[in-house]
Amino acid sequence: MRRRLTPYLLALPAWLWLAIFLVVPLAAMASVSTQTGNVIDGFQQTFTFANYTDAISRNSPQLLRSLWYGAAATVAMLVLGYPVAYWIAFKGGARKSVYLFLLLLPFFVSFVLRTISWGFLLADDGILFGTLKGWGLLPADFHVLATSFAVIAGLTYNWLPFMILPIYVGLERVDPRVIEASQDLYATKTTTFRKVVLPLSLPGVFAGVLMTFVPAVADPINAAVLGGTQNTMIGNIIQTEYLTNAQYPTASALSFTLMAVLLIGIFTYAKALGTENVLEAAAR
Amino acid sequence: MDPLMLRGMTQPRTRRNVLKLAGLSAAGLALAACGVQGQKAQNSPKPEAVKDFWSQQKKNGKVVFANWPEYMPEGQAPLKQFQQATGIAYEYKEVIQENAEFFGKVRPVLQAGQSLGYDIVVMTNGVQLQHMIDLGFVVELDHKQLPNFAANAGEKYKNRAYDPGNKYTVPYTSGITGIAYNTKYVKEDITSIQSLFDPKYKGRVGMMADAQEIGNFGCFAIGVDPEKSTEADWNKAGELLKKQRDDGLVRKYYDQGYIDAVAKGDVWLTMAWSGDVFQRQLAGEPVKFIVPQEGGTIWTDNMLIPKGAANPVDALMLMDHLYQPAVAAELEEFIQYISPVNGVVDILKQKAAEAKGEDKEALDLMIESPLIFPSEEDYAKLRSYRTLTTAEEQVYNRVFQSITQA
Repeated sequence: MRRRLTPYLLALPAWLWLAIFLVVPLAAMASVSTQTGNVIDGFQQTFTFANYTDAISRNSPQLLRSLWYGAAATVAMLVLGYPVAYWIAFKGGARKSVYLFLLLLPFFVSFVLRTISWGFLLADDGILFGTLKGWGLLPADFHVLATSFAVIAGLTYNWLPFMILPIYVGLERVDPRVIEASQDLYATKTTTFRKVVLPLSLPGVFAGVLMTFVPAVADPINAAVLGGTQNTMIGNIIQTEYLTNAQYPTASALSFTLMAVLLIGIFTYAKALGTENVLEAAAR
Repeated sequence: MDPLMLRGMTQPRTRRNVLKLAGLSAAGLALAACGVQGQKAQNSPKPEAVKDFWSQQKKNGKVVFANWPEYMPEGQAPLKQFQQATGIAYEYKEVIQENAEFFGKVRPVLQAGQSLGYDIVVMTNGVQLQHMIDLGFVVELDHKQLPNFAANAGEKYKNRAYDPGNKYTVPYTSGITGIAYNTKYVKEDITSIQSLFDPKYKGRVGMMADAQEIGNFGCFAIGVDPEKSTEADWNKAGELLKKQRDDGLVRKYYDQGYIDAVAKGDVWLTMAWSGDVFQRQLAGEPVKFIVPQEGGTIWTDNMLIPKGAANPVDALMLMDHLYQPAVAAELEEFIQYISPVNGVVDILKQKAAEAKGEDKEALDLMIESPLIFPSEEDYAKLRSYRTLTTAEEQVYNRVFQSITQA
């Protein structure tokens, strides 16, 4: 009897955690998203679904831009991260853990500080561009800060390790004997990679994309610190609506919209990748 | 237990249903419980109630002061003096970085009738301070216990539209929003707000992200007094600011970051706060500050006692302590914005006469600076934030945030 119940009892804290910190806040947020009012008179539940259409129509450029920035950053991370993960997994040798540690080292510095220090690095007359301009290699009005590129680069930089680690784990798990077998069957190195290693590492890629795309799309910091006048992301809007304007319904409606869009995106992606069960792939 | 029932209870399908139920009931609970409350201050309390409140309070020998960063000299000398003079122990906390964020954090606590744990809080005049007062979150002050304020506060700081008669707040410090420019890049003397719209500074103009700040400047630019502006004016100002952005003039809408940007040369001219610029000037950086001929904004950071404060009498005593000219002068030397206390300039002059070397230079700079002791002429050009009703606030924010958050 006790033995049969043990697994459920062990899982109990996790369920409670989910119920208290996920389900209840989500339900509350869902409720708030259809309320109307203001901070002085209070907000009443009026089931005003127009909050959604209003919030989306006013902020669709930022919503679309966030998806585009998030996607661009994710692709950049994949392109930069896969070779790194590959190298650590197959060529890292005895120092693998050192490399992984180095990868995580920047995370001992606060996220905001890291982004601001990028701002210093990329400043118009900062150490990098100031020097290049001094040598006459760049025109005087060249700048990177306050452009889409700066924001995407910032996002890429900040989440890169979260792309590398899952891919590394995926590659690490590839059985060397499978690779040997492929070579024994006269596959070239390219073919081995394309037909054996890459497919086996896809769950890692999927997890990496999941862990980077979602936070990158919702991030307000990079756009605020590195962006210019037309690089606002949806995270910034939600923050302003919630904190500055105290328009909780609008902020909640936007959050839900973002969540829905991301979920749809992820499931579509999972389908395209041929992963039957998203959760299974992520958990692997 | 019946094994059948046990199996029933632990079967996946059943478990999921149970979970669904639990989820639904949680949602129901949340729905019932949420409705974000708000309540207009119950018709502000009768004068007797305020009197009664204060007659029941007594000195507790302790006070907690919540303030913004860089608003108190290292070593906290003004507070130490207070402790020595009154025997009241103090705790000083730099916990306020932004009005909106701070209001967002404290609103639920105050709404629930709980204490913030702070006896004095400093907030800028503006929407959030207005909310605090409207929601009844601020304790009415007992001016009988503020003799120094009565004697030494500058006339301009006693009569403010956002808190007539200083019923709820007394000023801590004031500042000006004007234009700062980097003299390394800008070779002319900037005098007008129109320079912010001058095509020759394309991509080199900094504007502020705050809706009220940028709204004010938009109004000045179309020749309207922001304090008296109407919705039509906001739209017109919005058009102009939108054009300024779409023509590529604006590099970025800044929070605090503008000062580094203008000092580094990322932007050449920018909306700016007086005290920041003065500190950069002391550091020898090539930045200049002006109040445009069309007008600039004056804002005030105010001390208030939040509802539920444990030590209101001690809080009043500390507020009053800061209104002694000698204490205010000491604060001023560090803060370098505008002190609301009369007589500070004379004390600084005395100090300058006795000081030598760098100290003397810094003091002389301060005494002569219009950023710290604005002339009557400057004051005449300064306007306050417009007081907005909640309905107006929504319109106002939409007009100007659609520009700064594109």
